[in-house]
Formats: sequence, C-alpha cells, structure tokens
Amino acid sequence: MLALETPSKKKQMKNLSIYTLIFALCLSFAACSSDDDSTPEIVNEEEVITTVSLTLTPPAPGTVVILRSFDADGDGPTAPVVTVSGNLAANTSYTGSLTFLNETESPAEDITEEVEDEADEHQVFYTLGSDLQATVTYANFDEDSNPLGTEVGVQTSDASQGNVTITLRHEPKKPNDGTLNDAGGETDVQVSFPVVIN
Amino acid sequence: MKLYTLLGCLLLSTIGTAQNCSYMLSGYIIDLHDNTVLYDATIIIAGSEQKIPVDKDGRYQITGLCKATYTLQVSHPSCETQAVRVSVDGNTVRTIHMEHHLESLGDIELKGHAHKSKSKTATETVVDHKLLESNSAGSLGDALKQLSGVSSLNTGNTVAKPVIQGLHSSRVLLITDGTRLQDQEWGVEHAPNIDINSAGEVTVIKGAAGLQYGGDAIGGTIVIEPERIPVKDTLFGRTILTGATNGRGGSLATSIMKSSNSGWFGGLEGSIKRFGDFEAPDYVLSNTAVSERNLGARFGLNRYKFGLEVNYSRFEKEAGILRSSHLGGAEDLVVAINSDKPFVIEPFTYDINPPRQEVIHQIAKIKGFFRFENFGKLSAQVDYQRNNRLEFDIRRDSEDTRPSIDLQLETVSTNIDFEYTADNTVTAKVGVSGNYQNHFPDPSTGVRRLIPDYEVENIGVYILGSKQWDAWTIEGGARFDYNHIVAEKFYTTSLWEERGYDLLFPDLVIEEFDNQLLVRPDLSYSNISATAGASYDFTNKTVLSFNYALATRAPNVSELFSDGLHQSAARIELGDLRFEQEIASKFSLAYVYSGASWSATIAPFANFISNYILIEPTGVQQTIRGNFQVWEYRQTQARLLGVDLDMKFTLNEHWNLKNQFSLVKGQDQTRNQALINMPSANTRNTITYRLPSWKNLQLSLESNYVFRQNEFPDTNFEVFLPQTETLELVDVSTPPDAYHLLNFRGDIDFALSEKSTINLGLMVNNLLNTSYREYLNRQRYFSDDLGRNILLQIKINY
Repeated sequence: MLALETPSKKKQMKNLSIYTLIFALCLSFAACSSDDDSTPEIVNEEEVITTVSLTLTPPAPGTVVILRSFDADGDGPTAPVVTVSGNLAANTSYTGSLTFLNETESPAEDITEEVEDEADEHQVFYTLGSDLQATVTYANFDEDSNPLGTEVGVQTSDASQGNVTITLRHEPKKPNDGTLNDAGGETDVQVSFPVVIN
Repeated sequence: MKLYTLLGCLLLSTIGTAQNCSYMLSGYIIDLHDNTVLYDATIIIAGSEQKIPVDKDGRYQITGLCKATYTLQVSHPSCETQAVRVSVDGNTVRTIHMEHHLESLGDIELKGHAHKSKSKTATETVVDHKLLESNSAGSLGDALKQLSGVSSLNTGNTVAKPVIQGLHSSRVLLITDGTRLQDQEWGVEHAPNIDINSAGEVTVIKGAAGLQYGGDAIGGTIVIEPERIPVKDTLFGRTILTGATNGRGGSLATSIMKSSNSGWFGGLEGSIKRFGDFEAPDYVLSNTAVSERNLGARFGLNRYKFGLEVNYSRFEKEAGILRSSHLGGAEDLVVAINSDKPFVIEPFTYDINPPRQEVIHQIAKIKGFFRFENFGKLSAQVDYQRNNRLEFDIRRDSEDTRPSIDLQLETVSTNIDFEYTADNTVTAKVGVSGNYQNHFPDPSTGVRRLIPDYEVENIGVYILGSKQWDAWTIEGGARFDYNHIVAEKFYTTSLWEERGYDLLFPDLVIEEFDNQLLVRPDLSYSNISATAGASYDFTNKTVLSFNYALATRAPNVSELFSDGLHQSAARIELGDLRFEQEIASKFSLAYVYSGASWSATIAPFANFISNYILIEPTGVQQTIRGNFQVWEYRQTQARLLGVDLDMKFTLNEHWNLKNQFSLVKGQDQTRNQALINMPSANTRNTITYRLPSWKNLQLSLESNYVFRQNEFPDTNFEVFLPQTETLELVDVSTPPDAYHLLNFRGDIDFALSEKSTINLGLMVNNLLNTSYREYLNRQRYFSDDLGRNILLQIKINY
C-alpha cells in the first residue's frame, strides 16, 4: 500500500483506536464491578485427626487404662494434650484397642474404620522406651497377613517407666522389619505417652 | 489507493508558491526497529518523479527545493513503501524511519532478530533463538539458567523457576507478548506457565530498569516476544522433534505462519511433551513424569500506520512430584536426609500419580497500535488470563481423588502507551496500565485454603526516556503504582490469637465460627519506582554504562496470608499481615568490550533491599501428627553483591571459546548473617568447533562447574526420635558439594529444497553421568539430580 492516508481512512482508524480504548476501559470496569458480596464457604479440614486413644483392658477385675492425646486445632499452633488415665499393673496381659477420631466434626468422625478398611496401606508402630518393661504384639492384620496394629496385646513385666510412642504410617513398606526407619511412608500420627508400670 | 495518493501528492506539491528555490533537504533513512541505516533505499519526489540516491551511510540529500510541502515516496526492498510529507522552509534536516521487515525465513536463521534493546543502560541479555530451540523439550527455566547471572530454583527437574542475580518468584516479572504473566508466581513450586516453543526472542533485564513492565521487578524482568511476522506474501513453518533417553520421552513442536503483502497475517502453533520418570545416575526418580500440551493462535493486520492483533494461547502441564519428597513430619525428614537414596524407588513408568500438579494457563488478547507520522506510536492492549492450578496430594483415603489445592486466578489487564519516535536520538514512552484480579480457591477440596479468596486492583502510570549525544546516552524514568487487595480468609482461632492478630486487627473479623474466624483484610500500597542511567561509548568497541533502579514491591498473597501446614512441602508456613513493601536500590555497572577476536562483558551490581521478605525455618511445632518444621516469613535489610562475566575468544574461523562466570553474595544485614537460598557461584566454559563449509557443522563441549555455597544461615533444628530415644539434628541448611557437569552438542544442516532445511542436533547433558545435588533444588534432601541425558533433535524449516 502506498500510504498517504485519505481523510476518511484516517478517521476510520482513529475511531478504531478509540473503540479499542473504550472497549478496554469497559472490560476493566465491568470486571471491577463484578464484586460479589457472598462470603467464601468455610472449610473444615477433613483429613484432620484430633484424637488418638489407646484403651488397655486387663483381665477382670483390673482397671482399664486409657492413653489419650487430643489436639483441638489439628495442625495449628496449640500443642496436643496428652493424658494417661492411670498406671499399668505389672505382669499383666492387656488387650489394647486404638481409635483415631476427628472431633472437629460433630458427631466425631471415626477414622479408625478408614484405616482398617485400607489396612494394607497403613501400619501402627509401637515404640517403647528402653527402660519400660513391656512388650507389644500385633492382634490384627491386613489381607496379606502383615500387621496393622489398631488391635494389640500388651504384656507388662516388672515395675518400670518410660514412653510409649504410637505412630501411624501411611503407605509404609509392607512387610517391614517392624522399625519406623525400615517402614518409611508418611507419618499421619505420632504421639508419645509417659507410662508407669507398678 | 494509488490514485488518491497521486492526487494528494499533486495537490500538496502545488501548495508551495514558487519563490526562492535553493533549499536543501537531507537526512538519514533509519530502520525503525534497530536504528541501523538502510542504505539501499530509494526516494522519489512525488510529482516530479525525480529519483534521489541514498548513499552508503543511509544519507540522502535533495537540493534546489522551494519553500513548499513535498511528498517523498520512500521504498526499500524489504520495507513497506511509504509516503513522507516534509515542509521545506530553509535548509531542512529530516530523518526517515522505515519499518524494516525480515526478508525471508533464511534471514531469520542467519541473522536472528533485529533486537531492540529494552533499556539503554541496564544490564540485559538476549537469549538467542538457537538456545531456545535446543531447549524445545525443556522449560524456559532450563534455557535461561544457561545465561550468566540467571539460575533456577527447582522442585525436582520439571518445575524450574528463573532466578535473576539471586532473586526469584514475585521479584521476577515475566512479560509474554506485552502481557504480564499472572500465574500465581509467588509460589516457589510454581514454574512459569510458558511454552518455550512460543518464544521468538527472550530478553532478560537484570534489574528494575524495565519500568514499562512494572515497578516491582526487584530481581529483573524476562521479556518474551513472539516471532516477528514479515509483511510479505509468504507461508512458512517449523517443526522440531526431540527425543530424550532420560525420561524416555520427547517433544514435538510445530508452527505455521501465513502473512501477506497487505499486512494480514495468521499463525498457529502447538507443542506436546511427554516424559516418563526421569533418572538419576543410580536410580529412577519415581513419579517425576511430565506431560505438557500447548496451543497458540494469532491473527491480525500489520501495516505501517496501524496494526491490530487478536491472539489466544493455552498452556497445560501435568507434572509428577518425586514420590519420596512427600513426607509426614520432621521425623520423616531426618530419615530422608540421613538416607543417601530416596525411600521410594519403583520401576520406570509413564504414570503420573499423586503428589502431582496440573496447571492450565490461558491468555486471550486484543492489541493494536496507531502510528502518528513523524511523531509516535500509540499502542493499546486488553488481555484476559485465567490460571487454574490443581495440586493432588497423597490423601489418607486413597479413594479420594479430589485435589488438595484448587485455585483459579483470573486477571483482566489494560495497557495503553505512547512512544515518541520522531527523533532518532531520543526514545520516550508514557503509559498507563491497570488490572483487576479475582482469586478463587475452591472449598470442595476439603482442605483448608492456604491462599484465600481475594480481589486485587492495580493501577500504574509511567514515563521513561533516553537521549543520545555523540558518545553519551542518558536514560531515566519513573513509575507510580497503586495496589489494592481485599481478601476474605478463614484463620483458625488458635493461630489468629497466637500471632497476636486478635489484639492488632480485631476489626478485620467479620464472622466467628467454632474454631475458625472469617477475616477481611483490606490492604493498599502506593509504590514508587524509578530508574536513571548513563552510558559512554569510548571507541565504538568499548562501552561503559551505569544504571540505578529503585523498585518497590508490595508483599504477595503468600507472604501475607500463609497460615499453616503446606502439605506438599511438609512444613508449616506462616506469613504476616503486617508486612510492608520491599524497597530495593540497585546499582549496576557494565563494561562491554567487543573486539574482532575477543569480546568481554563485566557487570558488577549491588542491590540494597529494605524490608526484604524471606522465608526460613524457625523451629518445630508439635502436633498430633508429630513435629513439623515451621517456616516463617520475616522482613529484613538485605544486601546482594555480585558480578556477571561473559567472555568470548574467536581463535580462528573454526574455533572459539566462551567463558561465563556469575557470583552473588547475599547478606542479611539486620542479623549479620548470610541470606538463605542464594545461588552458588558458577562458571561455564565452552569450546566450539565450526565447519560452515560442510553442512554447517558445529560441535561444542561445555563444562559447567558449580561451586559449593559456603555462605548460608544455620537453620538446623533438633527433633526427638522415639525409636532411638535421642534428640536428632535435622540438617536442613548445609548446602550440597560442588559439582562439575560436561555437556556436548553437535549439529548439522541439510538443505531439503530451496526453501526447506533440516537441522539435526545431538545433545548429551551430564556426559559423565555425575551424581550431584543442587543447593537451589528443593528436592536435594531426597534425591540426586538428573543423570546423563542423550537428546536427538530434528528441526525442519519450511
């Protein structure tokens, strides 16, 4: 095009750029005014575990001992509250039953069921302080007969004290040698309870 | 049209009344794009049809003119012919600018693009087309880190963010075809959503001198421009096919472009990439497969006087995140750090499983310009961007396939600027830009939002210019930005109180729930930025330039609002609502020598940043899930000092040597300690052999030595391990050892026909299969970096 613009053409182009500008402004204003007044929907963390409790039942007429850890705000800054309802009796065979709850919901969600349904992807590990005179044996297993650990047997021996650490691992290597290092996977729960046997 | 023009010319040339006809009109014919002279232009005086010669220096001279208005018809073999009106009253000097279009595809290959520098005095580096093409199967971050002063912050090998002279994320602006990319760039594990194959040319401005793009580029600006379209009747295209051994995949990128003499053009481009698990020298990096699909289309009219373009691009990427990097608490981290292999090593697969990311970024745009003859160019642009980001974590319930993070960021931007083009020695630009953003994190994930719902409005105005006097060039500019952000966010009551916000910001709370609060922070920032510089051209071979840039950046949403467990990083991240803007003063100097056999650039810089925002580990937090490391953002006074060196020796027509060296030293001046995550010093040395007479053969061997980062803050912490009943040190701060990589590249050209060529390239990265870990790779705790990779690339131009 040999370009010396005729007046009409020039005008057209000017109009075009003006239209572009108007279009641009309209678009940005339209966007600005699309302010919605509704507030966002609350999300209650679904995958939270707030509560871990291990109920240790001795043969009658012994006293049931409950180890419980409660973390009201899940991953929030408040530290979990750990309670142990009493001392364990020496030389006693306890049956232990572990529950995981999400108490941010009401009624509380029982996460133990979910863990048991996916037993092959989970394992609970019980790590006992070296001074504590007790042993833990697995009482429930996944479909491949590898330990799961929401049901256990605890055999105490002499009077002693130390920590019992309960760790729930997701997607650990199964089978493993029973140690956390060998099992790997991600830690979903880890709580230490100070336990006294007398 | 021609008729009108002739009529016009006749009318115009008769306006003058015959009187003193001894005036002279002279000047230069200059390429509008790169200011080079166009000596093979011709000038015809309309009416008289007298032909005026243009000499070797692009100069023309017309004598014997009367006091009148003349119309000159200026033409050039590769430019659009144009008519220029000149009023002659006495001896007149008039420089004529022409829009010089690339003649053919061959020229693009040989000469590259006529580069128009973005800043006259700041340090900038242009990435050549060849480097972009050889990284066709990689990412923009991979290509850019081959430049001095640019490194990359990686999450594994598929997520690479560019780092410019030690700074990254919100401090580095990415401008793609005039649009500021809004792709949630604040996140360290968010790579730029750009297809490298869509870039025609990439310029890296090391600093905030590119004020037209934004005032908050404390690190720098990366300007990506699409390939230029010649104004001529042509149809051309390019296909690049790359296959790689590492990842056992490859990429296919193709583009086709049609343009015509009338200025109409249209283009289509697309690329796909697919890789399986990548491999370190000794093991498979399980779940690092990646898939990418990109599409772009453009259509428009490009005339000398005006132009209009509509375009659309879509980027889609799905990337696996190393399985072993997914952790529970700090205890898991101890195990990972102490183990020299990743915990999960599965057989090679193409599957992409959680943890993974899925990103779609779309840009739709309309832009136009109008040129006022002998005055300037007015450009306007409106664009809409939509960024969708999904992050899938390993959920406790493996049946649950919902993402853990589902974010959508929409941005509408407008930009209008005017560029003065009448004087060859002056550049001047004024502009205004505005944008509106809406961010929506979908609550259906069932996971508390880390980044809240928010709306942002930004308005910026700027002016910048430069002037050249003989050997001197001076440049200056200023910009003002106003940012306004309104967020609606749920805080857990415990965190709100723990941070002391209940006392500081009680008014922000708009609703209270059982254990959460809905708050509505309304924040605004006024930012001033400016630049000034000068350069002196000593001998035509030596240029010394100095630039000062003041940049102000408002805190980003992650720095303000992070408030808890970042699942994919297995750490608790805490932002702060009280943060103020970062203000950076950067001084840069560049000494450039370009001789016949060797050239050198030495570019030292000093960047002083007040209120510099950084995130670093501050301790552990006990939760029912065990101990988590807490990473807290804080503000400090920072100082970054460094230098970039580039040298090239041409030994003879066959051999040349290149050397690059970059160093950055970051200091936290408040705490008097090193800054975290500063790139290590590194050097690249390349020897190249060329044999143009035989199929344009080129062979090069590159050595890349990365020093160990010896300056780092000690942010280690201790956790109690029940199994050993000991307190164990978690060494998160010690950088990995220095490493040395050798890379080879060879390529040859074959002519298929007159118009088509095939280029065959063979590249071997990490030739010696060296095991190494990089300080700026977030996965250095878990696995080695990539092992040897052999790539074969076929490029066809047609």
